[in-house]
Order: sequence, then structure tokens, then C-alpha cells
Amino acid sequence: MKSFGGPVLFLNRSDINTDEIIPAKYLTAVSKDDLKPHLLEDLKLDGFEPSSIANKGFRVIVSQANFGCGSSREHAPWALEVNQITMVIAESYARIFRQNMFNGGMMAIELPASDIDSLFALSKSGAVSCTVKLESGKLCFSVDGHETKTISFSLSPFDEALVKAGGWVEYADARY
Amino acid sequence: MGKTITEKIFDAHLRDEPFAGTRVLSLDVVMCHEITTPLAIMDLVWRKKDRVFDTNRIKAVIDHVTPSKDTESATQAKILRDWAHRHGIKDFFDIGSNGVCHAIFPEKGFIRPGFTVIMGDSHTCTHGAFGAFAAGVGTTDLEVGILKGVCAFRAPKTIRVNVTGSMPQGVFAKDVILEIIRRLTVNGATDHVIEFAGPVIAAMTMDERMTICNMAIEAGGTSGVCMPDAVTRDFLWPFVKDEYRNDTAQALADFTKWHSDADAVYAISVTVDVAEIEPVATVGYKPDQVKKLKDLKDVKIDQVYIGSCTNGRLSDLTIAAGIVKGTKLAPGVRGIVSPATPNIFRAAMEQGLLDIFMDAGYCVTNPTCGACLGMSNGVLAEGEVCASTTNRNFFGRMGKGGMVHLMSPASAAASGIAGKLTDPRGYMSTGKTGEHGTKRSKR
Repeated sequence: MKSFGGPVLFLNRSDINTDEIIPAKYLTAVSKDDLKPHLLEDLKLDGFEPSSIANKGFRVIVSQANFGCGSSREHAPWALEVNQITMVIAESYARIFRQNMFNGGMMAIELPASDIDSLFALSKSGAVSCTVKLESGKLCFSVDGHETKTISFSLSPFDEALVKAGGWVEYADARY
Repeated sequence: MGKTITEKIFDAHLRDEPFAGTRVLSLDVVMCHEITTPLAIMDLVWRKKDRVFDTNRIKAVIDHVTPSKDTESATQAKILRDWAHRHGIKDFFDIGSNGVCHAIFPEKGFIRPGFTVIMGDSHTCTHGAFGAFAAGVGTTDLEVGILKGVCAFRAPKTIRVNVTGSMPQGVFAKDVILEIIRRLTVNGATDHVIEFAGPVIAAMTMDERMTICNMAIEAGGTSGVCMPDAVTRDFLWPFVKDEYRNDTAQALADFTKWHSDADAVYAISVTVDVAEIEPVATVGYKPDQVKKLKDLKDVKIDQVYIGSCTNGRLSDLTIAAGIVKGTKLAPGVRGIVSPATPNIFRAAMEQGLLDIFMDAGYCVTNPTCGACLGMSNGVLAEGEVCASTTNRNFFGRMGKGGMVHLMSPASAAASGIAGKLTDPRGYMSTGKTGEHGTKRSKR
């Protein structure tokens, strides 16, 4: 199973699409590692600098609704994965992106808009970090090292099985 | 309680239900292209599982960057090519016979009513036009599809879009689907199949139904679907006539058994009256940002692109050529036409359509996805604007810093003449929509 949690990157917009997560011109990569420097490089968002991904060691993304819309490219979750961002928290996802995350043993966690709003409010007071308690379904958020907020989450049984199996290939190969 | 077509297809293909709400389906067709498949192939090799579940049910094409533009794209093509040869995949389309996946696979008759289809490509929903369940998936789902012939989905819900009215002049399938996306919004159909039904869909050709279903993903839909009928049967007839021993009625009966029941349950039902639709284009960077072309004044363009899995079929080229005929591209505007398959290219050549485009100053390229996703054959420079018949207007989609306005082939052709976004109605003769002998009424 992958490890989850760490410093949080906040992307305050809905409909962040897969072309923004990884532009198509990098889809000729035949190694996931080649995607690493290009994560979110075309995203135009106030306060966001693509260079911060490498500099600040983000491990979690928090965003708004319909995250990952557009193309089916699994290069989007891979670009996150090679940057050690194994978890996204958002109000909702595009279906294919969400499935791609769990298929790779990563997590695309859905939270109600009120919880997402409270996390964005938290981000205004300092650097936010998140720890994950998978068994109890808790996300614990700290600001500048001080634990300030705990939010419950749940995965569907299938998504949880994929996370624990390390992905869909392992799961399906053992079963079908 | 009745069932939708998608529920019937799911029931007929249910392989496993490991958890409530998770349906593992057996697959009839697994389609592959050179962008998303190579990493699946490499992972299977790495896992020492370099096998395919069925060489006949796997179809493969090199289409996104072809001919290869650099070492990287050549390597992707080579990985797919070597794999197809290694496993004896006979339906593999390489340079000389290759075309845009969602145009060439239907043209070959690979998709039938009631089928389950996946591909590592979001516009796989196109094939729902045949009354199939066809979904775009990521590389991991594709990898498992190749290896095991299965894919997992959440239980489907369906949005029914009832399309009524009579199509006004200048309004085409592309305008209809853009209007539907505007109403549903870019995530209004997430985790839903969009069932396109009603008299307007029933009267549409397969080309038009494919244009409609192609963009279901732009509303977030898992797929789009149309009821298979005599139009479907006639399109597929060359491929199924032996199987049906020339019994057209039996083929139709087999196809229509998939129809949604009258008492099927829908999550949402909406009605769209096409009589209220006018020619439209997208503005901004989301496909649900749609405006009437007549209200878009003085939006200058640098390029016209006619092609793609949405609108690169022969009927699209015919409509565009009807407007382009005898004209020239406006000064400073580049025109690119990419017929979506070799057969379409050849027919367009034989029918003189390519001459019409070339006389107007267009460049005719080989069939490829290329420019639509900013890979090759028509990438935009920063600040440039394209009137495009493609499907996605995301920021940077056709090239970093470029602006894409999505529209019908008629609207794109008219915009090329005017040098700015233009309602096509001023460039068409009056008469029935879809007739091709158009004549410009003004210049």
C-alpha cells in the first residue's frame, strides 16, 4: 500500500482538467518519471507557482468540484504519483480521473463542500499538513505543526480494496 | 420496473459484483492507441504478464501522432506496433491504413448494439451511437482489459435527453450537442450515461449520432448512447449480413431488443427542442461556455481546423466544402482539413472535396488526432485563435496560450471565409438542413 499524507497544496478552483495537470505534449513519455517536472505547469491560478511542487514537498492536493475532468490520460495521476502526491481531496471528480487514482492504489477522497470550504479557510492561516487514518476514516489537519481539525471520510468498499491491494491490476489478476 | 439500454447491457455482461454497486463487466471490444497503451504494455511486460485476453476482440491503431513527429512519438508507435505483431492482433492499423480511432473503428463495423467497449481515450463514448456501452478509461483499466477482458464500473444511472423539433437551417448535430452540454454543464452528467433519444436523434445519420455521443464526456458522462434502429442496421449491414443470412428483419429485431423499456427509470429527463437552437460556438475554456455565433462579433481567428473524432467524417467535410466552394480563406487565416480515415480521405478526394478546400487555400493533412490535442499538424502559438470542429477548448488544448472555439464544420468553414467567428447561415443557400449544395448568399 502507498503512503498517504503530508503537506497540502491548495488549488482553489473547480474543473481543474487533465490538460492542466499534465499537458498533452508530454504524453509521448514512455516513463512515468519523465512527467515529474511538468505537473500542473500550465495551470494559471492566483498564488500558484508550479515550482512550489518541488520546493515545498506537497503530498496532498485539496481542490474544488469536478477535479480531473477532460482526457482519460492516466498520465495525470502518474504525474501526481511521481511527485509523491498520492492523495487528492475535492468536492467531486471526473469519473475516469477518480477511477485512475484508485486503480493506481492512490486516493481521490470526496468531501462535502462545507468541509472543503473549511479547509480553504484553514489554508489562509498557515502551512497545512494532513495525516490519514485509513482504518478509522479520519483526516487530521495541522496548521504550522499544530493539529487543528479532524474530518471524517469514507471510501466505497471497492475503492478501499484497490487502495489496500495496491491497485486494480493486482486485484483483477488475482480474481479473474 | 423497466430497464434502460445501459442496464440491459450491464446485466448481459455482468461478470462479478465484488461489492454492492461495483459491476465488473466482460468486454466485447478493447481498443488501443499509441498514447495510452504503451505504458500498459510495458507494465504487463514488467509483471511478466505480456498476454492478451483475445486477439480478435482487441483493436489497435496509431492515430494521435502519425506520422511520428519525433523520437518519443516514434518510440510509442513502435511499442504498440511490436506488441500488435507479437500477439497477432489482426485489426491493427498502422501508417497507410490508420485513422482517428473513433472514426476508423466504427467504419470497420467493430461496434455492434449491446456491446461493451473500452479504450484508453475519453472520447470512446462516441461508440454509444451504435447502442453500445462504450467508456473511456485510464491505462490501468485498459491494461486489465487487455489482460483479462473485464472492467469495473459503478452501477449506471441514466440521464435521458429527449431531442424534439425540426432542425433549423444552419444548425447541425454539433450545435445540438453543444447546447445540451451548456444545459447539463461540464460535470452535470458525471457517473451517468446520457441517453440521446427522441425524433431528432431517430432521424439522424450514424455520423450525426457519433458527433452527439462523442461529446457526452464533455458533460462528464460515463458514456452517451442512442437506440439502435434501422439506421444502425443499415450502417452495419455490410458487416453483419452473412451472420444474419441476409435477414434484415432479424438483425433489426436483435438490435432493437436492447432499447430502453418504456417504464425505465431515469435520474433526470430533459427535453431539448432543436427549433430553438441557433448556430453556436464555445467561448472561454470550458465546453459548457456556449454562445450564439450571431452574438460573437469581431472575434478574429488565425486558424480553421476541420477534422477530429467529433467532426472529421465525410458528411462533415461535405457540409464544410459546400460553404468553402469557390471562396478563399480570409487573408491571414490558415485552414487545415484532416479527413478522419483513409476511406474518408479517398472519398473526399474522389468527390472533389479536397480540391475545393485546396482551391480555397486549405492544407489537407493525413488522418490524425494531432492538432486537436496540440500534439502535431496544426498546433497554435501563444495568443492565437482557432475556429475548430474538435471537442475540447481547455486552456492550452491546441497549443500553450491558444484559444479554441468549438463549432460545427459549417460554422468553422464560414469563419474561415470571414476571418472571424461567423454564423454560417449567411453562407448557405436556404433549404433543408444537411443538404450540401450550398451557395453563399453574401461575401
